[in-house]
Amino acid sequence: MSKQVVSLNRVVIRFAGDSGDGMQMTGDRFTSETAGLGNDLSTLPDFPAEIRAPAGTIGGVSAFQLAFADHDITTPGDAPNVLVAMNPAALKANIRDLPRGADLIVNTDEFTKRNLEKVGYTSNPIEDGSLEPFNVHAVALTSQTVEALKSFALSKKEAERAKNMYALGLLSWLYSRGAEGTRSFLQKKFAHKPEILAANLAAFEAGWSFGETTESFSVQYEVASAALPSGLYRNITGNPALAMGLIAAAQLADVPLFLGSYPITPASDILHELAKNHHFGVMTFQAEDEIAGVGSAIGAAYGGALAVTTTSGPGVALKSEAIGLAVSLELPLIIVDVQRGGPSTGLPTKTEQSDLLQAMFGRNGESPVPVIAPQSPSDCFYAAIEAARIAIEYRTPVFLLSDGYIANGSEPWLVPDVASLPAIDADFATAPNHTNADGTEEFWPYLRDPETLARPWAIPGTKGLEHRIGGLEKADGPGGISYDPDNHDTMVRLRQAKVDAIADTIPDLVVDDPSGEAEVLVLGWGSTYGPIGAACEITRRTGVKVAQAHLRHLNPFPKNLGDVLGSYRKVLVPEMNIGQLTMLLRAKYLVDVTGINQVRGMPFKSTELVAAITAAIETL
Amino acid sequence: MTDTYASLSLVPKTDVTITAKDFKSDQEVRWCPGCGDYSILSNVQAFLPELGLARENIVFISGIGCSSRFPYYMNTFGMHSIHGRAPAIATGLAVSRPDLSIWVITGDGDSLSIGGNHLIHALRRNVNLKILMFNNRIYGLTKGQYSPTSEQGKVTKSTPEGSIDYSFNPVSLALGAEATFVARTIDSDRKHMTEVLRQAAAHEGTALVEIYQNCNIFNDGAFDPLKDNETRDDVTMRLVHGEPIRFGVDNSKGVTRTEDGHIKVVNVADVGEDAIISHDAHAKDPGLAFALSRLSNPRTLENTPIGVFRDINRPSYDRLVREQISDVIERKGAGDLQSLLNGSDTWNVS
Repeated sequence: MSKQVVSLNRVVIRFAGDSGDGMQMTGDRFTSETAGLGNDLSTLPDFPAEIRAPAGTIGGVSAFQLAFADHDITTPGDAPNVLVAMNPAALKANIRDLPRGADLIVNTDEFTKRNLEKVGYTSNPIEDGSLEPFNVHAVALTSQTVEALKSFALSKKEAERAKNMYALGLLSWLYSRGAEGTRSFLQKKFAHKPEILAANLAAFEAGWSFGETTESFSVQYEVASAALPSGLYRNITGNPALAMGLIAAAQLADVPLFLGSYPITPASDILHELAKNHHFGVMTFQAEDEIAGVGSAIGAAYGGALAVTTTSGPGVALKSEAIGLAVSLELPLIIVDVQRGGPSTGLPTKTEQSDLLQAMFGRNGESPVPVIAPQSPSDCFYAAIEAARIAIEYRTPVFLLSDGYIANGSEPWLVPDVASLPAIDADFATAPNHTNADGTEEFWPYLRDPETLARPWAIPGTKGLEHRIGGLEKADGPGGISYDPDNHDTMVRLRQAKVDAIADTIPDLVVDDPSGEAEVLVLGWGSTYGPIGAACEITRRTGVKVAQAHLRHLNPFPKNLGDVLGSYRKVLVPEMNIGQLTMLLRAKYLVDVTGINQVRGMPFKSTELVAAITAAIETL
Repeated sequence: MTDTYASLSLVPKTDVTITAKDFKSDQEVRWCPGCGDYSILSNVQAFLPELGLARENIVFISGIGCSSRFPYYMNTFGMHSIHGRAPAIATGLAVSRPDLSIWVITGDGDSLSIGGNHLIHALRRNVNLKILMFNNRIYGLTKGQYSPTSEQGKVTKSTPEGSIDYSFNPVSLALGAEATFVARTIDSDRKHMTEVLRQAAAHEGTALVEIYQNCNIFNDGAFDPLKDNETRDDVTMRLVHGEPIRFGVDNSKGVTRTEDGHIKVVNVADVGEDAIISHDAHAKDPGLAFALSRLSNPRTLENTPIGVFRDINRPSYDRLVREQISDVIERKGAGDLQSLLNGSDTWNVS
C-alpha cells in the first residue's frame, strides 16, 4: 500500500522515554541514517545524571532531539514537529515544548493507572481530551513489539526491550529513512547474540510495516538532501571531534600525546575516545584524582609530550594549583573543560557556559592562561589543534572550553584533508643559549624568544641542558630561584605580556552583517554560535538589520575587538551564564554591552533570542 | 657494574667518568646548619656515579617542604613542584619517558598528609620511580607543627596540649598499598643508606625508601636511640634478606614466630637459635614484612627494623603501558590519521 508522500524542508523530532528505554541509541541511529541521506542536521541529547532513576518518573526521562533539513541548519530546533513519548513521564516532561498541530506518538501500553499516578496525572491524557491540540497517534508500541516477536525464544521482558527498535522502524518509515545502516549496526552490536539480533531486526521491520499499513499515518514525509559544499562527510559529535583534534595536533607537532584524566561527566568520552586509539601511540592515564590527572600531564609535558588533562568545572577547581604551577614552569599543557551546570556538582548532564571566569581567574597570583572555545561539535576538532598550537609555541597552559551541548551534540562534518592541517613547531632546545663573560656557554631556561616571549622547551635527556625549575619565582633569564622584588615584578609582567602577544597570531574578529548597516551587534562565544546564527537569520528575514560576530579566543581577545564593539550603537551578548563575557568586555573596553542570559541547562532557543534581539532594536 | 641495574636498561649510559662532584649544582645549599638533609644529599651524590647513567637522563622531582629543596642542589634535570603532587607528576614523566631514571624527593608531611593519595596510587601501580621519603616526624618549613608520623601526645605550636592523632607507620602504609619495594634507612648511616639506595635503584617499579632524618630545629634527637652508641645496637634491627633476624648487643635478641602465628622479639638464649626466623624480602606474601614493620615502638624506637622489608618482581606500570601500546599497534597497525578522521560511516556530496 503506498501512501501520499509530502516533502518537507525541515523536521524536528524528539524521542523521549525512560532512561532504560534506549532513547539515546534510537536517536543516534536515526541521526546516522539521516546523515547518510545528505540532510544537514543538528542533535541535542538530554539525559538525567542518574544512571537508572526510578522507572516511570519525570526525573528518569531521557530525550534525544534531532533537527534535519534540506538546507544549512545550526541548531537542533526550538520545538519538535514530532514527539515520541514512550511513557506518561516522557509525555508530561516534554508536552509543553510541543506546538499545536504537531505529531505526537504515544506508547499507550505504558499509560496505566499506576504509571499515570506516578507522575501526577489524575486522568489519562490520551482519553481526556487534553491532547486535542496535537495530532495524536496512539500506538500500543510495547504489546505490538511483543506480538511481533512471539515466535522468538525470548522472555516477555526481553521482547519488550526491543520496543525502541519498533519505534525507530516506524519513524524511519514515516520520514523515508534507510534501514541498511541500522541493520548493519545491530548486526555488529549483537554479533554474539544471534537471537537478540534477530528480535531487534524483526521489531524494526514490524515498526516499519506498521507505518506502511496503519491508517493512523495517512502520509509519509521526505526531506531532500541539503546543498552542502562538495566533499566527503561524516556525522561528528563534539567529544570525539575534540579527541581527534588532539591526536592530529600531536602528529602535526611530531610529539607524543599524553592524556592524564579522571572520569567526570560530560568530559569522560574524550578519555574513552583517546583510549580507543592507543595504536596512534596515545598514552592515556586514568589517574587517582583530578589533581593527579593534571599533575601527570605536567610531568609528561616536562618530558616533551603534548600533554592534556580533560575535565569539567568541579575538576578544574581541583586542578587550579597545578595549572598555576604550569603557568610558572611555562610548559605546554591543554586543560579541556567540558562545562556543565554549576556551582558544585550542579547539573552534571546539562550544559552551561559558567566556567569562563574560572578559566580566566581561578588561580592564585597573577596567572594568565589563554582561553579558547569551540563553537560547534565539528569545531571542537579545529579548536583542539589551535589550543595545541598556542600551548606548544608559547609554552603555556591553555584552556579549551567546550560544553555539554556541543560535547554530546552532533552535526555533519566535511572531513578535512590531513595534508591541509597547519604544522606546529615544538622547537625543542638542543644547545646552550647564553655565553658568559669568560666565553663559557650556559643554558638559561628562562631566556625568552624575543618575539613570542616563550622560554626554551628543554627536555630531560638533552645533554648539557641540565637545569632545575619549580613553582618558586625564577630569575629572569638564568632561571635560578629569585626573591628579588624587581625581578618578580618583571616576571609577572613578562608572563602577562607573553599571553597578550598571542593576539599577534590570531585572526581578527569577523562580523557578519549582510546589510552593512546594522546598528546592533550580537556577540557570542562557544556553543551559542548555532542558536545566535539562527536567531540573526530569522530576525533579518523580518527586514530588521542585525550584525553577528563570534569569539573563539577569549584570552587574549582578537586585536580588533575594541574597534568592533565601538562601531555599534548596541552590543548584545547572549551567554548561558549570568554575564561572564559581559563582565570581561565591560572591564577591558569600558563598553556598556547588554547581556542576554539564561542558565536552564539547555541551549538557547532561537525564538527567545529573536525576541530579545528584536526588543533591543526596537528600544534603540 | 651496569648489569646490576637491569631496571635501568633503557636509560643511556654516561660516556665520561662522573663523580659525586659532578652532581653538585651551582646553587648554595640552604638547609639549617646541622640538618639531616645535608648527609642525605651528600650520600645520594656519592652513590649516583655508581649507576653509570648519563647525567642528563636523571631527574629529581619533589613536592614542597624542606626536603623538597633537594632537586635544586642536584646537577641533573629537576623539578620543585607543588605540595604532595610529586608522585603524580613523576608518573606522567615515567610513563612517557622510559629513558629516564626518576627520583622523587618528599617528606612525611608532603607524602603522607597532603599527598597521601598520590603516594599510595604510585605504589600500587608500581611506576618506575624511586621515592626517598625524608621522615623527621615534624613539619619543618611551616615551623614546627606535628606531622602524620609524629607520636601521639606531641607538643607543638599547633598542639599545645599534645597531639591526639594516631600516627602513620610509613612502611606499614606502603606495604598495605601494594608496594613492591619498601625499605628504611637512617640519615647518619652512610654505608647502610648507600646499600639501600643500591637495591632501590636496581628494583623495577616503585621503590619507597623511608629515611629517618633529624630536624635539629623542631624535633631534635627524634632518632637518637638509633644513633647513640649506647643504645644503637640494642634497638636497631638490621634486616638482611636470607639471614636470621637477630639484633641487640652480641646479637642476643631475635624474632620468632609465636604459636598463634604472630611474631615477637625474644632473647635468643631463651628460645634457641633454631627458633629465630630468617628475613625473606622476596616473599610474595607481604605478611612477614608487615609484621616486622609493626614491631617497633613509635615512642621509644625499640625494635626498629631498618633495611629492605620487601623487594619483589612485578612488571612496572610504565612498562605495561608501553607493551599495551605496542601490542595494539601490532594488532591494528600504526594509526592512520586520515582514516581516523574519515571514520566508518561517510557520504559524498558532489
